[in-house]
Amino acid sequence: MVSVTFDGKPLQLCGGLSVAAALLEAGIGHFRETPVTGSPRAPFCMMGVCFDCLLIIDGIANQQACMTQVRKGMIIERQSGSADAIAQGDRS
Amino acid sequence: MTEHYDIVIIGAGPAGMAAAQTAARHKAKILILDEQAAPGGQIYRASETNAKLDRPELGESYQSGLPLVHAFRESDVSYVPNANVWQLSEDREVGYSKDGIARMVIGKQVIVASGAQERPFPVPGWTLPGVMTVGAAQILLKESEIGIENAVFCGSGPLLYLVVHQYLMAGIPVKAVIDLQPGGNYFKALLKLPGALASLSKIIQGWGWKRDIVRAGVPLINGVSDLRISEYNAANGVEYYRAGRWHRLDSEHVLLHQGVVPNINISRAAGCDCQWNAVQCCWNVVVDDWFESSLSGIAVAGDGAFIGGGVAAEYSGCIAALGALAKIRRIDNRERDRLAHPIRAAYTKEMRLRPFIDALFKPAKHFRIPKEDDVVVCRCEEISVAQLREVIDIGCPGPNQLKSFSRCGMGPCQGRFCGLTVSELIADITGKTIEEVGYYRLRSPIKPLRLGELANLNFPSGD
Amino acid sequence: MAPSANSDVVVIGGGLHGCSTALHLALRGISVTLLEKDYVGRHASGVNAGGVRRLGRHIAEIPLSIASAKIWHSIIDLVDDDCGFTPSAQISVAENDFQIEQLQQRVNQLQKLGFDHEKLIDQETLRELLPEVSGHCAGGMIVEGDGHANPFRTVQAFRRKCQQLGVRILESSKVENISRKANTWQISLQGQRLESPVVVNCAGAWGGKIAAMLGESIPVEARAPMLMITARMPSFLSPVVGAQGRTLSFKQFANGTVLVGGGHEGSALPESNKTRLDYAGLATNARTAVEIFPIMREAQVVRCWAGIEGIMPDVIPVIGSGQAEGVFHAFGFSAHGFQLGPIGGRIISELVIDGSSSLPIEAFRADRFAK
Repeated sequence: MVSVTFDGKPLQLCGGLSVAAALLEAGIGHFRETPVTGSPRAPFCMMGVCFDCLLIIDGIANQQACMTQVRKGMIIERQSGSADAIAQGDRS
Repeated sequence: MTEHYDIVIIGAGPAGMAAAQTAARHKAKILILDEQAAPGGQIYRASETNAKLDRPELGESYQSGLPLVHAFRESDVSYVPNANVWQLSEDREVGYSKDGIARMVIGKQVIVASGAQERPFPVPGWTLPGVMTVGAAQILLKESEIGIENAVFCGSGPLLYLVVHQYLMAGIPVKAVIDLQPGGNYFKALLKLPGALASLSKIIQGWGWKRDIVRAGVPLINGVSDLRISEYNAANGVEYYRAGRWHRLDSEHVLLHQGVVPNINISRAAGCDCQWNAVQCCWNVVVDDWFESSLSGIAVAGDGAFIGGGVAAEYSGCIAALGALAKIRRIDNRERDRLAHPIRAAYTKEMRLRPFIDALFKPAKHFRIPKEDDVVVCRCEEISVAQLREVIDIGCPGPNQLKSFSRCGMGPCQGRFCGLTVSELIADITGKTIEEVGYYRLRSPIKPLRLGELANLNFPSGD
Repeated sequence: MAPSANSDVVVIGGGLHGCSTALHLALRGISVTLLEKDYVGRHASGVNAGGVRRLGRHIAEIPLSIASAKIWHSIIDLVDDDCGFTPSAQISVAENDFQIEQLQQRVNQLQKLGFDHEKLIDQETLRELLPEVSGHCAGGMIVEGDGHANPFRTVQAFRRKCQQLGVRILESSKVENISRKANTWQISLQGQRLESPVVVNCAGAWGGKIAAMLGESIPVEARAPMLMITARMPSFLSPVVGAQGRTLSFKQFANGTVLVGGGHEGSALPESNKTRLDYAGLATNARTAVEIFPIMREAQVVRCWAGIEGIMPDVIPVIGSGQAEGVFHAFGFSAHGFQLGPIGGRIISELVIDGSSSLPIEAFRADRFAK
């Protein structure tokens, strides 16, 4: 098992899986809310075609969870509507 | 750092692997890019890891891909997994990103082996959490040994029955199978049967799967003309219309499949001509005998051009590679023809079953062209049938005007899960042929890339 | 071949200028037939950046731009649709003191000519208005009350209003030949011929071809400025931004997507309606955007495209009467014609009906390149 953070809380995920597979296995039922109506979405195709499994991973938004491998210490957040892309304090 | 190659191959499924292997044998300088972490495409996904485990439930046809994967690994090619290919230009410039760095490479020849994807399945509720494609379930099974318990499988096509069968062999409980294959298909398919008799064993295998499913006590429901998935925030059941009324099955997991279609985004964005396949109800890339597209030097092999299955994909990859090798004069035309001859024979034999399968599994019009107002057509931008009708009425008679007006097709999936529906819906409403209606005008990047990556794009050194 | 039902004016080109011209003529009771070789809004008009700006205009364009801006602010009265018009400031960012100096000179020059819409802003004000702008940016120039609109929606709104007023719009109708017979122009399309005493050439990048059919040589070149749109980002920008020293046009829409453009060019293939992207140019554009707005580094580019624009050698349009009788031109807006759409149509309608324009258009003479 691999330790990650999901929406701010610690979570144990199966190693060696995609983030999408691991979260589904861990019982996470929805991954994001859509930008237009805020509807809940979860993975649909698992092969990188549908773009429904988008999460914020290590601060970078719009990551396809089915195309990303679980890694120890990963910070995973549900993506709510428009993505959070403001870099931390870099104005130089 | 050289970024010029003899042949650049996009995709490491059976077509891509076979092309790479063939080309490498003739000492060409090959680059093969694939977006997954390991070779095999979808059909042979996770072949290598599963070879180390004992997974008989995945079946023989899956195991038969392993030698190809091994041979590919032994080939003298530059293989880049986890590569996000975002552009292919007419001049064979291939743009891709890996680990946050974007690069441009140039091939004297390019072979696109982009494979297939699931056909859209626009029914009410298809966007709910808990609803996935049957292909997704199979990926979870192959790669992660995860089974989705007590799911309702809905749709039609060989893959549907293959996966249910794999589930049964793996001991994963299946709630029910709702078969949406139109009854009329059987008659039309029978007309194609004589040609298919050479592949009788495959037909028998398919019937065998169905029989096993029924014997295992899994409800197999036919004669269904309509389907809805409920409910508000996540799937909790399937309603199906049969024998004059609606019936309901409770389940938090619904798996949909009504065939696969070529993943044509990169070919279209590059500018390859496509044509409508009226039996498979999808777009095919126009290719010649060597799988070269309408763009000189760009071949499209395997399911990425037109659906033929994994074995046919391998043969077409070999043929495309031979064609490419001859064009860059690694081999002469005589040698090319000589080497291709037995492969063509095998390819033709493999394709003989296709007309039968295509006729048998042609998806029902009702599930390709939704009528209910609230069905979501564009998943990314959440555009419904009602909204599209409104925009078409205002005077947007084509997919591109529709896109400009309503954002339909402008989301990150670039029309992969709405394009077919939109084109067919417009044709249905306006009475035009689908060829007249056309398809979204696709451009690169065919998959998103970060602005920061683009800003630091490494270009090939001048030549 | 008998000619089809005739109208007082034939407008060639169904972009924004063609539709605006047809609309303004129809508003004054003139019968118009509009000919479009593809579909209305297919080219530059439908796919541009949508900037509605007076900022940074060529001096000769300023009076037209100011008049057009007034129409934009109540566009719904003209075409029964707000066209997605969003008022906002337009700001040109200066990255160093030399560029500040250039902007100062520009503001001075405009003030001498009696225009005060462009104002200089200092670094502090720039940062207040653009909180995410890079620290190295030294100041800028601003126009309040500019904005942006949805280009395709705008053209369609003009088109619908035209049709309501009885304008006959023929799409997929490419003009093959134009000839003079007695006092009329004979316009040949595939399968039909139209007759009209007045022809208005609003054919954009194809304006030179139509001009040649009308017996004139006007040097317009088809070029393909590129644009990129990103995935949605949290709202961080309300003004539209350009850069004084580099090619950049940058705006964020209400839905959070960010449009990056400015004029790096791909290649245009007007014969086949195709454009090709040039990734070296896109990379430079991306670099500019990221250097001026560092938060854009993580923005995902979802799509790139390029429309076909008609560019004049002096980068200002052709507006005015043609050499022959009954000929008028309004094309070659050189990738900045969108904001001028509403006024362009009014000017042509004045030329056609009244014989003169209420705004100064001498600088845009069609014959300024004739030897």
